[in-house]
Amino acid sequence: MAWTRKILRVDLTNGTCKSEPLNMKLAQEYLGQRGLATKYFVDEVDPKVDPLSPANKLIMATGPLTGTPASTGGRYSVITKGALTGAIACSNSGGYFGAEMKFAGWDMIIFEGKSPKPVYLSVEDDKAELRDASHLWGKTVWQTEEIIKKSHQDPQVRVCSIGRSGENGVLYACIVNDLHRAAGRSGVGTVMGSKNLKAVALRGTRGVAGMKDAKAFMKAATAAKQVLKDNAVTGQGLPAFGTQVLMNVINEMGALPTRNHRDVQFESARKISAEAMAEKRPTDGKSNLVTNAACFGCTIACGRVSKIDATHFSVVNKPEYWGATGGLEYEAAWALGAANGVGDLEALTFANMICNEDGYDPISFGATVGAAMELYDLGILTKEQIGMDAPFGSAEALCKLAEMTARGEGFGKELGLGSKRLCAKYGKPELSMSVKGQEFPAYDSRGIQGMGLTYATSNRGACHLRSYTVASEVLGIPVKTDPLVTEGKADLVKAFQDATSVFDSAGVCVFTTFAWTLADLQPQLDAACEGDWTMEKLALVGERIWNMERQFNNAAGFTAKDDDLPPRLKTEPAKTGPAKGLVSGIDKMRPEYYKVRGWDANGVPTKETLSRLGL
Amino acid sequence: MKVALKLYATLSDYLPAEARQTNRLDLEVEPGTTPAMMIERYALPQKLCHLVLIDGVFVPPGMRATRTLEEGEVLAIWPPVAGG
Ligand code: SF4
Repeated sequence: MAWTRKILRVDLTNGTCKSEPLNMKLAQEYLGQRGLATKYFVDEVDPKVDPLSPANKLIMATGPLTGTPASTGGRYSVITKGALTGAIACSNSGGYFGAEMKFAGWDMIIFEGKSPKPVYLSVEDDKAELRDASHLWGKTVWQTEEIIKKSHQDPQVRVCSIGRSGENGVLYACIVNDLHRAAGRSGVGTVMGSKNLKAVALRGTRGVAGMKDAKAFMKAATAAKQVLKDNAVTGQGLPAFGTQVLMNVINEMGALPTRNHRDVQFESARKISAEAMAEKRPTDGKSNLVTNAACFGCTIACGRVSKIDATHFSVVNKPEYWGATGGLEYEAAWALGAANGVGDLEALTFANMICNEDGYDPISFGATVGAAMELYDLGILTKEQIGMDAPFGSAEALCKLAEMTARGEGFGKELGLGSKRLCAKYGKPELSMSVKGQEFPAYDSRGIQGMGLTYATSNRGACHLRSYTVASEVLGIPVKTDPLVTEGKADLVKAFQDATSVFDSAGVCVFTTFAWTLADLQPQLDAACEGDWTMEKLALVGERIWNMERQFNNAAGFTAKDDDLPPRLKTEPAKTGPAKGLVSGIDKMRPEYYKVRGWDANGVPTKETLSRLGL
Repeated sequence: MKVALKLYATLSDYLPAEARQTNRLDLEVEPGTTPAMMIERYALPQKLCHLVLIDGVFVPPGMRATRTLEEGEVLAIWPPVAGG
């Protein structure tokens, strides 16, 4: 059974853990992970709920392929109402935690209420209990995992936890598993912290059994692995260079947001790129990059493992940071670097380690520092307020602010609220580079027009992973489209959004889509999962999930006004590069997109659309 | 006329050692030089020349032998890569 058919429901208020059967009818309609957990969530939670109140719930969910031999089949997602955004949140993570949940016999864990004191959930196969976590409160992610492993006397227990930022109310806190993998965006860790839930420790000994057709599944999974191997991107590009190889590509294309989106090209992009990570440093003769790494069952292995230069100012006399650790991915390198004008690779490595160690999103943090640096540049924020000089490009400020945000000290507390609240507080709301309160990732909407529509309409606030049209607009996957035009982008974005919803609900990594299409995933799902999983059904499931999330947001109070980009991207043309003179065409694309979606002019799904999707 | 050639990722190895630190080689070329001619001149394996940009603008495979470089333009080439 690709599904274990069991849900663990944890009532934090009353301290109980109960097993209940998975609703198999819903599994047929929403598949698993993102789709199925969101269905449970929207059925059980009032859309108007305060994200940080006990009435909000938090679901950790696997997909039917999680824990199976399907390549990259180790994913899980966290679904809740986002602390940063107030929108539906779904944050996906790799590592080993998701597969372990499956091995312990659970499809998902639903957390409700709020514990009166800090606790963590311990699960060993069927046995689930809440345990005291007073000794863990105030500890970092790294310390928490170590203490739990020691006290369980089991190095193989898999742990996810929040760090100090999640306890301190940083609104973009993550849930980090396996030390460096995170359900990173929208503040899912903040919601976990608000429930006094510090960690989840899992041990499963069962494996995944009972496939619908095990033989057919192994055949399909093996064929799909071959596709990944034969593809130049997933077979060679990603393992060798990781996502960071994009730094120079996107900079060259004039779509690398720089200094809070004032510029679209960064003069120091090369210094913080994959190429720079692989180079020997003059100081110690070693490269920043140590090796690549893979999540559970992944045959791509895009992950980076790095070692900081021990002589760098950020780690002098701090040997705890000198070891190998989860290294810079493109998004983090961009947000901590180009977004602030910081071209010091080792400083980014340090800030990224702090994000991992204390569990907060480097994209939102880096972009918020970028906004603060612009406020400083404009003379609105002073040295006294920030506690230091913070001009664009200051590596010292970046590193100090990272530590202050982790600990909730001084100006770090304000940075922890994200750029929307920070810029509003200082009278410049237009300087927050965000949608629905969530900061942009690493692509400028003036140079890659489809990404503007992607950000504006993403159900969890600005996000590149809901519809990664960069694949088409930049890399030519599956077909090359012109990044500078708006024509055709509404259809492109919808197609990516719907397909991604299926991948996110299956238990596999979205990076497989550089080589796979739904046609490669479908035979694996169809062989693994009970029922008839045709291409048509999967396409419908993807669209259904997207519309369900949209309905939740509409009911939560979001309107078409929230499907918009900050004025800078609509009125200040790109200054250099191929997009020079261009602004985002979001106002043209939005109505086209609503039409393609079968929504009315206000972005509300029409009756016909809802009934076609069975919503 | 002056142009620049930028080679990234595994293609960096095809640059002279002194240019690898910047991934950039500034060059004098004859007017009429095309990306295809540069690819041949530097013995770049065809299957590694995946993403070809001139001043950041994509050059489709079918135009690599016809689009001529102009004074001051930058030709940048990558093997198959992706990110997230
Ligand atoms: S492609 Fe990268 S992120 Fe995805 S599962 Fe593999 S190692 Fe993890």
